Amino acid sequence: MTEPPLLSVEDLEVRYRVTSGWFGGADVHAVNGVSFSVAEGETIGIVGESGCGKTTLGQAILGLTDISAGAIKLRGTEQDRARRTQLQIIFQDPQSSLDPRLPVWRLITEPLHIRGGYTRKQLIERATELAVSVGLRPEHVDRYPHEFSGGQRQRIAIARALAVEPALLVLDEPTSALDVSVQAQIVNLLLSLQAERKLSYVLISHDVSLVRHVADRVAVMYLGQIVEEGPTLDVLDAPRHPYTRTLLDAVPSFDRPLNSIAPRAGELPSNRTLPTGCFFRDRCPSATTGCELPQVLVPADGLRTVRCHLVTRTGDTTLPRSAPGPVFSSPNDAIA
Amino acid sequence: MTEPSGDVLLEITDLSLEFRTYRGPIKALNGVSLNVRAGEIVGIVGESGCGKSVTMMAATRLLPKGAAHITGGGIRLFGSDPMKLSERELQHVRGRQVSTIFQEPMNALNPTRRIGEQIVEVIRRHQRLDNAAATSKASGLLRDMLISEPERIMQAYPFELSGGMRQRVLIAMAFSCEPRLIIADEPTTALDVTVQALILGLIKHKATSTGTAVVFISHDMAVVSQLCDRLYVLYAGRVAEAGTTASVLAAPAHPYTRALIRCLPGLAPPKQPLEQIPGTLPDLLDPPAGCLFRARCREADDRCVSVPPLAAIEPARRAACWRRIEETQAA
Ligand SMILES: Nc1ncnc2c1ncn2[C@@H]1O[C@H](COP(=O)(O)OP(=O)(O)OP(=O)(O)O)[C@@H](O)[C@H]1O
Ligand SMILES: Nc1ncnc2c1ncn2[C@@H]1O[C@H](COP(=O)(O)OP(=O)(O)OP(=O)(O)O)[C@@H](O)[C@H]1O
Ligand code: SF4
Ligand code: SF4
Ligand SMILES: [Mg+2]
Ligand SMILES: [Mg+2]
Repeated sequence: MTEPPLLSVEDLEVRYRVTSGWFGGADVHAVNGVSFSVAEGETIGIVGESGCGKTTLGQAILGLTDISAGAIKLRGTEQDRARRTQLQIIFQDPQSSLDPRLPVWRLITEPLHIRGGYTRKQLIERATELAVSVGLRPEHVDRYPHEFSGGQRQRIAIARALAVEPALLVLDEPTSALDVSVQAQIVNLLLSLQAERKLSYVLISHDVSLVRHVADRVAVMYLGQIVEEGPTLDVLDAPRHPYTRTLLDAVPSFDRPLNSIAPRAGELPSNRTLPTGCFFRDRCPSATTGCELPQVLVPADGLRTVRCHLVTRTGDTTLPRSAPGPVFSSPNDAIA
Repeated sequence: MTEPSGDVLLEITDLSLEFRTYRGPIKALNGVSLNVRAGEIVGIVGESGCGKSVTMMAATRLLPKGAAHITGGGIRLFGSDPMKLSERELQHVRGRQVSTIFQEPMNALNPTRRIGEQIVEVIRRHQRLDNAAATSKASGLLRDMLISEPERIMQAYPFELSGGMRQRVLIAMAFSCEPRLIIADEPTTALDVTVQALILGLIKHKATSTGTAVVFISHDMAVVSQLCDRLYVLYAGRVAEAGTTASVLAAPAHPYTRALIRCLPGLAPPKQPLEQIPGTLPDLLDPPAGCLFRARCREADDRCVSVPPLAAIEPARRAACWRRIEETQAA
């Protein structure tokens, strides 16, 4: 028997109960049956449009959101306590996740402080060690968050997450509030920490080129479901699900002119009442008979799974394709 | 490709501007020069704080009075200095000749009034149309934005629409008075890639079919490359490089532009470290003398202690870098 994976998410459902406001009464179906696993040292990228449930999924993994159905297992068991120490999360906006009244050493060691049993001196020592490991300077630990730039604040957040020696970090848009030059620094930090510590990452991002760079596997979400999952380059260079294609076509690229006008590039349908049949049907350029039935995620080619009967039943690859290949390339070739 | 030859609508020459604060003057612009001609789409790119918004707000006189002071250079918008216009003339220019689209459409719409009323009001403020004619014009404009049921959307309040829908409404409003110039400041930054693609397509299509010039501000090089004919790369309140989009991307000249493109993921092999730009932006309270990029530049040498001019290095291509200027002279 093989060992259970580090993290496995099984048939996860998350519904938000909405009791007041304009849409009072109808539940929000944020995550609708998501399953995947992450091995030690592995990175899975989660991509998809705004509102498709990426953040909810990340929060559910951490136990920050109640789950409505399914299971989240760490090395095969469903223990909350293990999850609290083994899993940590990094948010998009480091500003809002750092208490402005606390010095950096206190922020970094917050998880240890909560756990208890450390002296002030031990906490400061540990904070200094962690600060240095994320590229801050030892004297930084006495300062307050407002004295730091966005990139430095994200380093502080990463140091804090590392304080409890986690096995896996959920990274929810970790660089999207940062400039590209600062993004490069944070990406490099994440890659080297992973190499040193065998960390696993769940990387949630809108940025397909970032996911392409960092992730081993990628899961594409639409309306709270995974529609395609597999090795990063397979999925991003030769997408099989029509939605993955739509998403990738919309990614701005140096190589490709703007698709004149993309009428399909619409918005997510409501997740108050889920569609019957394929969730992508009303936007799908390939919709045909059979699409009115619910779709399931089944193996397509290689290690990839796809939620579309056209792809998995016939095994054909005649989906409309535009310019396969890297998300962008070329300009760099010209720079000597 | 040469620079387009239409009328110059906007010309900014060596503009310097500071914000007076209690900590001292923030030197936000340090000699920006750019121009926009009729019918072209011009991109302004650069990282946060490089002066993209301030430049275009100065051009349309939208900066807070009192705090912002022009300390050098000048602006000509449709042939006159916007700083010298009377309030009435300014209203006319803003209504009929130039419109602005911002990142967060919610702030630009009145939350308590229906979408339709707001568009009709803008149309009627500047055009002699009765209510019925303005309403039908509004619905046509929304249809151009691929809004399939304009009548229903016009009955809605802003909060009932998604961000992408609100941004389309604002673009329709911006085009409603047939301006000669539209300034779009990061109009898609808050939106999804699929909605962004739709909106970029709509802006391009509408601008091309009406002959309206567009200044498109963005921090995303790839977005700008898809939309714009020409682009300006700003660094610390100065133009580092300018040229046709194709030429700048095919062979970036300024060390900053090169670094900016190199540090993007997607160019490096997966999992390999990305190139980094060492150091940080200069402190605009106390900018260094000489080339503002000097502390971070791998090509810097002794010449760089003086400020490089934005000089022609090829036809339709300019860069503010002593190295490139030297190479051009040598060639
Ligand atoms: N606390 C909440 N109460 C009710 N609905 C919520 C709550 N949080 C999220 N939602 C809804 O759940 C759905 C999924 O939201 P989620 O934030 O997970 O999406 P996302 O994929 O992370 O989007 P983004 O890319 O914009 O961050 C959305 O429809 C959202 O409006
Ligand atoms: N009202 C103000 N008072 C003081 N400083 C200001 C003010 N507005 C802008 N600045 C400063 O002027 C500089 C240029 O700002 P600007 O808003 O033009 O940057 P930007 O390129 O548009 O950046 P972003 O991509 O973040 O929008 C920044 O250093 C900013 O802090
Ligand atoms: S099942 Fe049908 S509607 Fe859904 S993605 Fe496949 S072809 Fe499109
Ligand atoms: S002028 Fe000098 S410091 Fe400035 S970009 Fe050119 S080489 Fe670098
Ligand atoms: Mg999210
Ligand atoms: Mg700005």
